[in-house]
Amino acid sequence: MAEYKLKTPLTNEDILKLKAGDKVYLSGVVYTGRDAAHMRMIDALNKGEDLPFDPKGQVIYYVGPSPARPGYPIGSAGPTTSYRMNSFAPVLITQKGLKGMIGKGKMSQEVKDACIKYKAVYFASIGGAAAVVGSAIKKAEVIAYDDLGPEAVRKLEVEDMPIFVCYDAYGNDLYELAKKEWANKL
Amino acid sequence: MSNIREINVSSIEEAIYNLAIEAAYKLPQDIHQKEKESLEKEKSPVGKAVLETILKNVEVSAQGVFPLCQDTGLAVIFMEIGQDVHFVGGGLTDAINKGVERAYKDAYLRKSSCDPLTRKNLGNNLPAIVHTFIAPGDKVKIFFDAKGGGSESMSKVQMLKPADGRDGIIKTVVDWVIEAGPNPCPPTIIGVGIGGDFERCAILAKKATMRHLGEKNPDPRLAEMEEEILTKLNNSGIGPAGLGGITTSLGIHIEMEPCHIATLPLAINTACHVNRHKEILI
Repeated sequence: MAEYKLKTPLTNEDILKLKAGDKVYLSGVVYTGRDAAHMRMIDALNKGEDLPFDPKGQVIYYVGPSPARPGYPIGSAGPTTSYRMNSFAPVLITQKGLKGMIGKGKMSQEVKDACIKYKAVYFASIGGAAAVVGSAIKKAEVIAYDDLGPEAVRKLEVEDMPIFVCYDAYGNDLYELAKKEWANKL
Repeated sequence: MSNIREINVSSIEEAIYNLAIEAAYKLPQDIHQKEKESLEKEKSPVGKAVLETILKNVEVSAQGVFPLCQDTGLAVIFMEIGQDVHFVGGGLTDAINKGVERAYKDAYLRKSSCDPLTRKNLGNNLPAIVHTFIAPGDKVKIFFDAKGGGSESMSKVQMLKPADGRDGIIKTVVDWVIEAGPNPCPPTIIGVGIGGDFERCAILAKKATMRHLGEKNPDPRLAEMEEEILTKLNNSGIGPAGLGGITTSLGIHIEMEPCHIATLPLAINTACHVNRHKEILI
Protein backbone atom coordinates (compact mmCIF):
# COMPACT_ATOMS: atom_id res chain seq x y z
CA MET A 1 0.00 0.00 0.00
CA ALA A 2 1.56 3.24 -1.18
CA GLU A 3 0.69 6.74 -0.02
CA TYR A 4 0.38 9.73 -2.34
CA LYS A 5 -0.36 13.41 -2.02
CA LEU A 6 -2.45 14.60 -4.94
CA LYS A 7 -3.93 17.91 -5.95
CA THR A 8 -6.98 18.38 -8.15
CA PRO A 9 -7.48 18.54 -11.12
CA LEU A 10 -6.15 15.01 -11.64
CA THR A 11 -4.23 13.95 -14.75
CA ASN A 12 -3.95 10.57 -16.45
CA GLU A 13 -0.46 10.37 -14.99
CA ASP A 14 -1.87 10.80 -11.45
CA ILE A 15 -4.50 8.15 -12.08
CA LEU A 16 -2.16 5.56 -13.59
CA LYS A 17 0.14 5.47 -10.59
CA LEU A 18 -2.73 4.64 -8.21
CA LYS A 19 -3.55 1.05 -7.23
CA ALA A 20 -6.48 -0.24 -5.19
CA GLY A 21 -5.55 -0.02 -1.51
CA ASP A 22 -3.29 3.02 -1.84
CA LYS A 23 -3.91 5.87 0.54
CA VAL A 24 -4.26 9.34 -0.96
CA TYR A 25 -4.15 12.70 0.75
CA LEU A 26 -6.18 14.88 -1.58
CA SER A 27 -5.93 18.66 -1.72
CA GLY A 28 -7.55 21.34 -3.85
CA VAL A 29 -11.08 21.79 -5.13
CA VAL A 30 -13.56 18.95 -4.78
CA TYR A 31 -17.19 19.28 -5.94
CA THR A 32 -20.06 17.76 -4.03
CA GLY A 33 -23.07 16.08 -5.54
CA ARG A 34 -25.38 13.24 -4.63
CA ASP A 35 -28.68 11.75 -5.81
CA ALA A 36 -30.85 14.78 -6.56
CA ALA A 37 -27.96 16.90 -7.90
CA HIS A 38 -26.86 14.09 -10.21
CA MET A 39 -30.41 13.67 -11.50
CA ARG A 40 -30.43 17.36 -12.43
CA MET A 41 -26.95 17.28 -13.96
CA ILE A 42 -27.79 14.29 -16.18
CA ASP A 43 -31.04 15.98 -17.14
CA ALA A 44 -29.08 19.12 -18.11
CA LEU A 45 -26.66 17.01 -20.16
CA ASN A 46 -29.53 15.34 -21.99
CA LYS A 47 -30.98 18.72 -22.85
CA GLY A 48 -27.61 19.99 -24.04
CA GLU A 49 -27.39 22.53 -21.20
CA ASP A 50 -24.28 23.46 -19.20
CA LEU A 51 -23.39 21.71 -15.97
CA PRO A 52 -22.79 23.78 -12.80
CA PHE A 53 -19.06 23.09 -13.19
CA ASP A 54 -16.81 21.47 -15.78
CA PRO A 55 -16.11 17.90 -14.55
CA LYS A 56 -12.98 17.53 -16.71
CA GLY A 57 -10.17 16.29 -14.48
CA GLN A 58 -12.26 16.90 -11.37
CA VAL A 59 -13.37 14.83 -8.41
CA ILE A 60 -16.95 14.60 -7.11
CA TYR A 61 -17.49 13.83 -3.44
CA TYR A 62 -20.80 12.10 -2.71
CA VAL A 63 -21.83 14.01 0.39
CA GLY A 64 -24.78 15.88 1.81
CA PRO A 65 -23.22 17.83 4.67
CA SER A 66 -24.99 18.92 7.81
CA PRO A 67 -25.57 22.69 8.07
CA ALA A 68 -22.61 24.93 8.87
CA ARG A 69 -22.57 26.66 12.21
CA PRO A 70 -21.84 30.39 12.16
CA GLY A 71 -18.08 30.83 11.78
CA TYR A 72 -17.56 27.43 10.14
CA PRO A 73 -17.52 26.73 6.37
CA ILE A 74 -19.44 23.46 6.65
CA GLY A 75 -20.88 20.97 9.12
CA SER A 76 -20.14 17.26 9.30
CA ALA A 77 -19.33 15.85 5.89
CA GLY A 78 -18.82 12.10 5.63
CA PRO A 79 -19.47 10.14 2.44
CA THR A 80 -22.89 8.88 1.44
CA THR A 81 -23.48 5.41 -0.08
CA SER A 82 -22.22 5.50 -3.65
CA TYR A 83 -24.24 2.80 -5.40
CA ARG A 84 -27.08 5.26 -5.81
CA MET A 85 -24.85 7.13 -8.27
CA ASN A 86 -24.15 3.97 -10.34
CA SER A 87 -26.03 5.18 -13.38
CA PHE A 88 -24.60 8.71 -13.24
CA ALA A 89 -20.86 8.22 -12.70
CA PRO A 90 -20.14 6.42 -16.02
CA VAL A 91 -21.90 9.22 -17.96
CA LEU A 92 -19.80 11.94 -16.32
CA ILE A 93 -16.60 9.92 -16.77
CA THR A 94 -17.14 9.03 -20.41
CA GLN A 95 -18.79 12.24 -21.63
CA LYS A 96 -17.26 14.89 -19.42
CA GLY A 97 -13.86 13.60 -18.34
CA LEU A 98 -14.59 13.24 -14.62
CA LYS A 99 -11.49 11.72 -13.03
CA GLY A 100 -12.65 10.69 -9.59
CA MET A 101 -15.51 9.98 -7.25
CA ILE A 102 -15.30 9.80 -3.47
CA GLY A 103 -17.92 7.85 -1.54
CA LYS A 104 -18.45 4.70 0.42
CA GLY A 105 -19.51 1.21 -0.52
CA LYS A 106 -19.61 -0.75 -3.71
CA MET A 107 -20.35 0.64 -7.16
CA SER A 108 -21.29 -1.22 -10.34
CA GLN A 109 -19.28 -3.05 -12.98
CA GLU A 110 -20.13 -0.20 -15.38
CA VAL A 111 -18.31 2.21 -13.06
CA LYS A 112 -15.29 -0.13 -12.92
CA ASP A 113 -15.31 -0.43 -16.71
CA ALA A 114 -15.48 3.34 -17.16
CA CYS A 115 -12.58 3.76 -14.73
CA ILE A 116 -10.47 1.35 -16.80
CA LYS A 117 -11.39 2.74 -20.21
CA TYR A 118 -11.27 6.44 -19.40
CA LYS A 119 -8.65 6.41 -16.61
CA ALA A 120 -10.61 7.39 -13.57
CA VAL A 121 -10.61 6.28 -9.94
CA TYR A 122 -13.24 5.60 -7.32
CA PHE A 123 -12.04 6.51 -3.84
CA ALA A 124 -13.44 5.21 -0.54
CA SER A 125 -13.77 7.49 2.41
CA ILE A 126 -14.73 6.36 5.92
CA GLY A 127 -18.48 6.46 6.38
CA GLY A 128 -19.57 8.01 9.62
CA ALA A 129 -16.24 9.75 10.26
CA ALA A 130 -18.07 12.90 9.28
CA ALA A 131 -16.95 15.22 12.08
CA VAL A 132 -13.31 14.47 11.27
CA VAL A 133 -13.83 15.18 7.55
CA GLY A 134 -16.02 18.25 8.14
CA SER A 135 -13.50 19.84 10.49
CA ALA A 136 -10.79 19.43 7.81
CA ILE A 137 -12.65 21.28 5.04
CA LYS A 138 -11.21 24.77 4.60
CA LYS A 139 -13.82 26.42 2.39
CA ALA A 140 -17.27 25.54 1.10
CA GLU A 141 -19.52 27.42 -1.30
CA VAL A 142 -22.86 26.42 -2.80
CA ILE A 143 -22.51 26.83 -6.57
CA ALA A 144 -25.76 25.29 -7.84
CA TYR A 145 -29.16 23.88 -6.94
CA ASP A 146 -29.39 25.77 -3.65
CA ASP A 147 -33.01 24.63 -3.31
CA LEU A 148 -31.80 21.06 -2.77
CA GLY A 149 -30.49 22.02 0.66
CA PRO A 150 -27.99 19.39 1.80
CA GLU A 151 -27.98 17.98 -1.73
CA ALA A 152 -26.94 21.27 -3.39
CA VAL A 153 -23.71 21.28 -5.41
CA ARG A 154 -20.86 22.74 -3.37
CA LYS A 155 -17.31 23.69 -4.26
CA LEU A 156 -15.09 22.57 -1.40
CA GLU A 157 -11.46 23.31 -0.72
CA VAL A 158 -9.83 20.42 1.04
CA GLU A 159 -6.37 19.90 2.38
CA ASP A 160 -4.90 16.43 2.75
CA MET A 161 -8.26 14.69 2.79
CA PRO A 162 -7.45 11.03 3.56
CA ILE A 163 -9.09 8.61 1.09
CA PHE A 164 -8.36 5.11 -0.19
CA VAL A 165 -8.16 4.01 -3.82
CA CYS A 166 -11.07 1.61 -4.14
CA TYR A 167 -11.46 0.96 -7.90
CA ASP A 168 -8.32 1.77 -9.84
CA ALA A 169 -7.83 2.15 -13.61
CA TYR A 170 -6.62 -1.45 -13.82
CA GLY A 171 -9.85 -3.11 -12.69
CA ASN A 172 -8.82 -3.84 -9.11
CA ASP A 173 -11.42 -3.62 -6.34
CA LEU A 174 -10.18 -2.82 -2.83
CA TYR A 175 -13.32 -4.19 -1.16
CA GLU A 176 -12.91 -7.59 -2.79
CA LEU A 177 -9.15 -7.71 -2.22
CA ALA A 178 -9.45 -6.70 1.46
CA LYS A 179 -12.29 -9.15 2.10
CA LYS A 180 -10.28 -12.05 0.67
CA GLU A 181 -7.20 -11.10 2.63
CA TRP A 182 -8.97 -10.89 6.00
CA ALA A 183 -11.57 -13.65 5.78
CA ASN A 184 -11.37 -16.34 8.50
CA LYS A 185 -8.72 -14.49 10.50
CA LEU A 186 -10.65 -14.22 13.78
CA MET B 1 -58.11 1.80 41.05
CA SER B 2 -54.83 3.46 40.36
CA ASN B 3 -54.37 7.20 40.15
CA ILE B 4 -54.08 8.86 36.79
CA ARG B 5 -50.84 10.76 36.33
CA GLU B 6 -51.01 13.87 34.23
CA ILE B 7 -48.04 14.63 32.01
CA ASN B 8 -47.95 17.87 30.09
CA VAL B 9 -46.89 17.23 26.50
CA SER B 10 -44.49 20.18 26.77
CA SER B 11 -42.25 17.94 28.91
CA ILE B 12 -42.32 15.31 26.14
CA GLU B 13 -41.36 17.98 23.60
CA GLU B 14 -38.48 19.06 25.81
CA ALA B 15 -37.29 15.47 26.32
CA ILE B 16 -37.36 14.76 22.57
CA TYR B 17 -35.50 18.02 21.90
CA ASN B 18 -32.71 17.10 24.31
CA LEU B 19 -32.48 13.45 23.22
CA ALA B 20 -32.20 14.44 19.55
CA ILE B 21 -29.32 16.82 20.18
CA GLU B 22 -27.51 14.49 22.55
CA ALA B 23 -27.87 11.56 20.13
CA ALA B 24 -26.35 13.60 17.28
CA TYR B 25 -23.21 14.64 19.14
CA LYS B 26 -22.51 11.97 21.77
CA LEU B 27 -22.03 8.33 20.97
CA PRO B 28 -23.59 5.98 23.57
CA GLN B 29 -20.92 4.87 26.06
CA ASP B 30 -21.44 1.13 25.44
CA ILE B 31 -20.71 1.54 21.71
CA HIS B 32 -17.71 3.78 22.35
CA GLN B 33 -16.31 1.18 24.77
CA LYS B 34 -16.87 -1.66 22.31
CA GLU B 35 -15.06 0.30 19.58
CA LYS B 36 -12.05 0.78 21.85
CA GLU B 37 -11.99 -2.96 22.59
CA SER B 38 -12.28 -3.70 18.86
CA LEU B 39 -9.26 -1.51 18.12
CA GLU B 40 -7.22 -3.60 20.57
CA LYS B 41 -8.29 -6.84 18.87
CA GLU B 42 -8.24 -5.76 15.21
CA LYS B 43 -5.47 -7.44 13.20
CA SER B 44 -5.65 -5.54 9.90
CA PRO B 45 -3.47 -2.39 9.84
CA VAL B 46 -6.01 -0.59 7.64
CA GLY B 47 -8.82 -1.83 9.88
CA LYS B 48 -6.97 -0.41 12.88
CA ALA B 49 -6.44 2.91 11.11
CA VAL B 50 -10.16 3.10 10.32
CA LEU B 51 -11.12 2.33 13.93
CA GLU B 52 -8.70 5.02 15.12
CA THR B 53 -10.41 7.51 12.80
CA ILE B 54 -13.81 6.40 14.07
CA LEU B 55 -12.68 6.95 17.68
CA LYS B 56 -11.19 10.33 16.75
CA ASN B 57 -14.56 11.19 15.21
CA VAL B 58 -16.28 10.51 18.54
CA GLU B 59 -13.87 12.93 20.24
CA VAL B 60 -14.29 15.71 17.65
CA SER B 61 -18.05 15.36 17.74
CA ALA B 62 -18.28 15.45 21.54
CA GLN B 63 -17.06 19.07 21.40
CA GLY B 64 -20.51 19.91 20.12
CA VAL B 65 -19.74 21.59 16.79
CA PHE B 66 -19.74 18.73 14.28
CA PRO B 67 -22.36 15.96 14.61
CA LEU B 68 -21.07 12.35 14.63
CA CYS B 69 -22.38 11.89 11.08
CA GLN B 70 -23.58 14.37 8.48
CA ASP B 71 -26.63 12.14 8.09
CA THR B 72 -28.36 13.02 11.32
CA GLY B 73 -31.18 10.72 10.37
CA LEU B 74 -34.91 10.60 10.50
CA ALA B 75 -36.24 10.76 14.07
CA VAL B 76 -37.60 7.36 15.05
CA ILE B 77 -39.27 7.24 18.42
CA PHE B 78 -40.40 4.24 20.46
CA MET B 79 -42.61 5.18 23.40
CA GLU B 80 -43.73 2.85 26.15
CA ILE B 81 -46.64 4.69 27.68
CA GLY B 82 -47.96 3.67 31.06
CA GLN B 83 -51.70 3.07 30.91
CA ASP B 84 -52.22 5.36 33.91
CA VAL B 85 -50.79 8.34 32.07
CA HIS B 86 -52.99 11.13 30.80
CA PHE B 87 -51.33 13.57 28.43
CA VAL B 88 -52.48 17.17 28.81
CA GLY B 89 -51.57 20.49 27.25
CA GLY B 90 -51.96 19.53 23.58
CA GLY B 91 -51.44 16.69 21.13
CA LEU B 92 -48.70 14.14 21.82
CA THR B 93 -47.69 13.73 18.20
CA ASP B 94 -47.55 17.49 17.70
CA ALA B 95 -45.31 17.84 20.75
CA ILE B 96 -42.93 15.14 19.50
CA ASN B 97 -42.73 16.76 16.07
CA LYS B 98 -42.10 20.19 17.61
CA GLY B 99 -39.26 18.77 19.70
CA VAL B 100 -37.69 17.19 16.62
CA GLU B 101 -38.09 20.27 14.44
CA ARG B 102 -36.58 22.61 17.04
CA ALA B 103 -33.66 20.28 17.80
CA TYR B 104 -32.71 19.81 14.15
CA LYS B 105 -32.83 23.57 13.60
CA ASP B 106 -31.08 24.72 16.78
CA ALA B 107 -28.30 22.11 16.74
CA TYR B 108 -27.46 22.46 13.03
CA LEU B 109 -28.54 18.92 12.23
CA ARG B 110 -29.22 17.89 8.65
CA LYS B 111 -32.85 17.81 7.61
CA SER B 112 -33.29 14.64 5.56
CA SER B 113 -37.02 14.06 5.11
CA CYS B 114 -38.23 14.46 1.55
CA ASP B 115 -41.16 13.75 -0.75
CA PRO B 116 -40.57 10.18 -1.96
CA LEU B 117 -41.50 10.99 -5.56
CA THR B 118 -40.28 14.53 -6.24
CA ARG B 119 -37.38 14.07 -3.74
CA LYS B 120 -38.03 17.63 -2.55
CA ASN B 121 -36.50 18.13 0.88
CA LEU B 122 -39.21 19.09 3.35
CA GLY B 123 -36.75 21.25 5.27
CA ASN B 124 -37.86 20.33 8.80
CA ASN B 125 -36.96 16.64 9.16
CA LEU B 126 -40.60 15.86 9.86
CA PRO B 127 -42.57 13.84 10.48
CA ALA B 128 -41.00 11.87 13.28
CA ILE B 129 -41.75 8.16 12.98
CA VAL B 130 -43.49 7.26 16.22
CA HIS B 131 -44.23 3.77 17.57
CA THR B 132 -46.29 3.70 20.75
CA PHE B 133 -46.77 0.78 23.11
CA ILE B 134 -49.02 0.63 26.15
CA ALA B 135 -47.29 -0.55 29.31
CA PRO B 136 -48.42 -0.97 32.93
CA GLY B 137 -47.88 1.91 35.37
CA ASP B 138 -47.72 5.69 35.11
CA LYS B 139 -44.33 6.28 33.47
CA VAL B 140 -43.34 7.06 29.92
CA LYS B 141 -40.19 5.56 28.47
CA ILE B 142 -38.87 7.20 25.33
CA PHE B 143 -36.31 5.63 23.00
CA PHE B 144 -34.98 8.12 20.45
CA ASP B 145 -33.22 6.78 17.37
CA ALA B 146 -31.66 9.08 14.77
CA LYS B 147 -31.79 6.65 11.86
CA GLY B 148 -29.44 7.30 8.99
CA GLY B 149 -30.37 6.40 5.44
CA GLY B 150 -27.25 4.46 4.46
CA SER B 151 -27.64 1.73 7.03
CA GLU B 152 -31.44 1.75 6.80
CA SER B 153 -31.21 1.05 3.07
CA MET B 154 -29.29 -2.13 3.87
CA SER B 155 -32.22 -3.54 5.86
CA LYS B 156 -34.89 -5.97 4.79
CA VAL B 157 -37.93 -8.03 5.71
CA GLN B 158 -38.16 -11.54 4.35
CA MET B 159 -40.93 -14.05 4.86
CA LEU B 160 -39.05 -17.35 5.26
CA LYS B 161 -40.66 -20.78 5.16
CA PRO B 162 -41.20 -22.46 8.55
CA ALA B 163 -38.96 -25.29 7.35
CA ASP B 164 -36.06 -22.85 6.93
CA GLY B 165 -35.75 -22.88 10.71
CA ARG B 166 -32.84 -21.71 12.83
CA ASP B 167 -30.14 -22.41 10.25
CA GLY B 168 -32.14 -20.73 7.50
CA ILE B 169 -32.45 -17.63 9.65
CA ILE B 170 -28.73 -17.54 10.37
CA LYS B 171 -27.84 -18.06 6.71
CA THR B 172 -30.22 -15.33 5.53
CA VAL B 173 -28.84 -12.80 8.01
CA VAL B 174 -25.19 -13.63 7.36
CA ASP B 175 -25.55 -13.69 3.56
CA TRP B 176 -27.43 -10.41 3.57
CA VAL B 177 -24.97 -8.55 5.79
CA ILE B 178 -22.01 -9.87 3.79
CA GLU B 179 -23.72 -8.82 0.56
CA ALA B 180 -24.26 -5.32 2.00
CA GLY B 181 -20.52 -5.30 2.74
CA PRO B 182 -19.11 -1.79 3.08
CA ASN B 183 -22.38 0.03 2.27
CA PRO B 184 -23.90 0.40 5.77
CA CYS B 185 -20.70 1.79 7.40
CA PRO B 186 -19.26 -1.21 9.23
CA PRO B 187 -18.60 -2.04 11.98
CA THR B 188 -22.36 -2.38 12.24
CA ILE B 189 -24.86 -3.34 14.89
CA ILE B 190 -27.41 -5.72 13.42
CA GLY B 191 -30.93 -5.91 14.78
CA VAL B 192 -32.80 -9.10 13.91
CA GLY B 193 -36.53 -9.56 14.41
CA ILE B 194 -37.93 -13.07 14.25
CA GLY B 195 -41.62 -13.93 14.35
CA GLY B 196 -44.66 -11.77 14.89
CA ASP B 197 -45.91 -10.92 11.43
CA PHE B 198 -44.75 -8.92 8.42
CA GLU B 199 -44.55 -5.51 10.13
CA ARG B 200 -44.05 -6.67 13.69
CA CYS B 201 -40.74 -8.38 12.91
CA ALA B 202 -39.46 -5.13 11.38
CA ILE B 203 -40.32 -3.20 14.53
CA LEU B 204 -38.63 -5.88 16.65
CA ALA B 205 -35.51 -5.65 14.50
CA LYS B 206 -35.27 -1.90 14.88
CA LYS B 207 -35.88 -2.06 18.62
CA ALA B 208 -33.12 -4.68 18.81
CA THR B 209 -30.55 -2.21 17.42
CA MET B 210 -31.21 -0.02 20.48
CA ARG B 211 -30.42 -2.73 23.02
CA HIS B 212 -27.38 -2.15 25.21
CA LEU B 213 -24.37 -3.48 23.28
CA GLY B 214 -22.99 -6.70 24.68
CA GLU B 215 -26.25 -7.56 26.43
CA LYS B 216 -27.20 -11.03 25.27
CA ASN B 217 -30.76 -12.16 24.69
CA PRO B 218 -31.98 -13.87 27.90
CA ASP B 219 -33.23 -16.83 25.82
CA PRO B 220 -30.12 -19.05 25.55
CA ARG B 221 -31.21 -20.30 22.10
CA LEU B 222 -31.19 -16.75 20.79
CA ALA B 223 -28.01 -15.78 22.63
CA GLU B 224 -26.30 -18.68 20.90
CA MET B 225 -27.59 -17.57 17.51
CA GLU B 226 -26.37 -14.01 18.17
CA GLU B 227 -22.90 -15.34 18.94
CA GLU B 228 -22.84 -17.61 15.89
CA ILE B 229 -23.89 -14.82 13.50
CA LEU B 230 -21.38 -12.39 15.02
CA THR B 231 -18.53 -14.87 14.59
CA LYS B 232 -19.49 -15.55 10.97
CA LEU B 233 -19.68 -11.83 10.19
CA ASN B 234 -16.38 -11.03 11.83
CA ASN B 235 -14.83 -13.88 9.87
CA SER B 236 -16.16 -12.46 6.59
CA GLY B 237 -13.12 -10.22 6.17
CA ILE B 238 -15.22 -7.12 5.41
CA GLY B 239 -13.81 -5.19 8.37
CA PRO B 240 -14.07 -1.55 9.41
CA ALA B 241 -15.41 0.63 6.56
CA GLY B 242 -15.26 -2.52 4.41
CA LEU B 243 -11.51 -2.04 4.02
CA GLY B 244 -10.65 -5.42 5.52
CA GLY B 245 -10.33 -6.80 9.02
CA ILE B 246 -12.00 -8.79 11.76
CA THR B 247 -14.33 -6.06 13.05
CA THR B 248 -17.32 -6.20 10.70
CA SER B 249 -19.99 -6.10 13.39
CA LEU B 250 -19.94 -4.85 16.97
CA GLY B 251 -23.01 -6.83 17.98
CA ILE B 252 -25.99 -8.88 16.82
CA HIS B 253 -29.21 -8.43 18.75
CA ILE B 254 -32.14 -10.76 18.14
CA GLU B 255 -35.68 -10.17 19.36
CA MET B 256 -38.30 -12.88 18.88
CA GLU B 257 -42.08 -13.27 19.27
CA PRO B 258 -44.46 -16.08 18.35
CA CYS B 259 -45.69 -16.25 14.75
CA HIS B 260 -48.41 -17.97 12.71
CA ILE B 261 -47.91 -21.71 12.06
CA ALA B 262 -47.61 -21.01 8.33
CA THR B 263 -45.04 -18.20 8.56
CA LEU B 264 -41.51 -17.41 9.62
CA PRO B 265 -41.12 -13.63 9.36
CA LEU B 266 -37.56 -12.33 9.54
CA ALA B 267 -36.37 -8.73 9.58
CA ILE B 268 -32.85 -7.38 9.52
CA ASN B 269 -32.31 -3.78 10.53
CA THR B 270 -28.82 -2.47 10.13
CA ALA B 271 -27.33 0.23 12.32
CA CYS B 272 -23.93 1.75 11.63
CA HIS B 273 -21.11 2.34 14.09
CA VAL B 274 -22.60 5.74 14.97
CA ASN B 275 -25.76 4.05 16.17
CA ARG B 276 -27.36 7.14 17.66
CA HIS B 277 -29.97 6.29 20.20
CA LYS B 278 -30.84 7.69 23.60
CA GLU B 279 -33.52 6.90 26.11
CA ILE B 280 -35.24 8.57 29.04
CA LEU B 281 -37.83 7.59 31.63
CA ILE B 282 -40.37 10.25 32.55
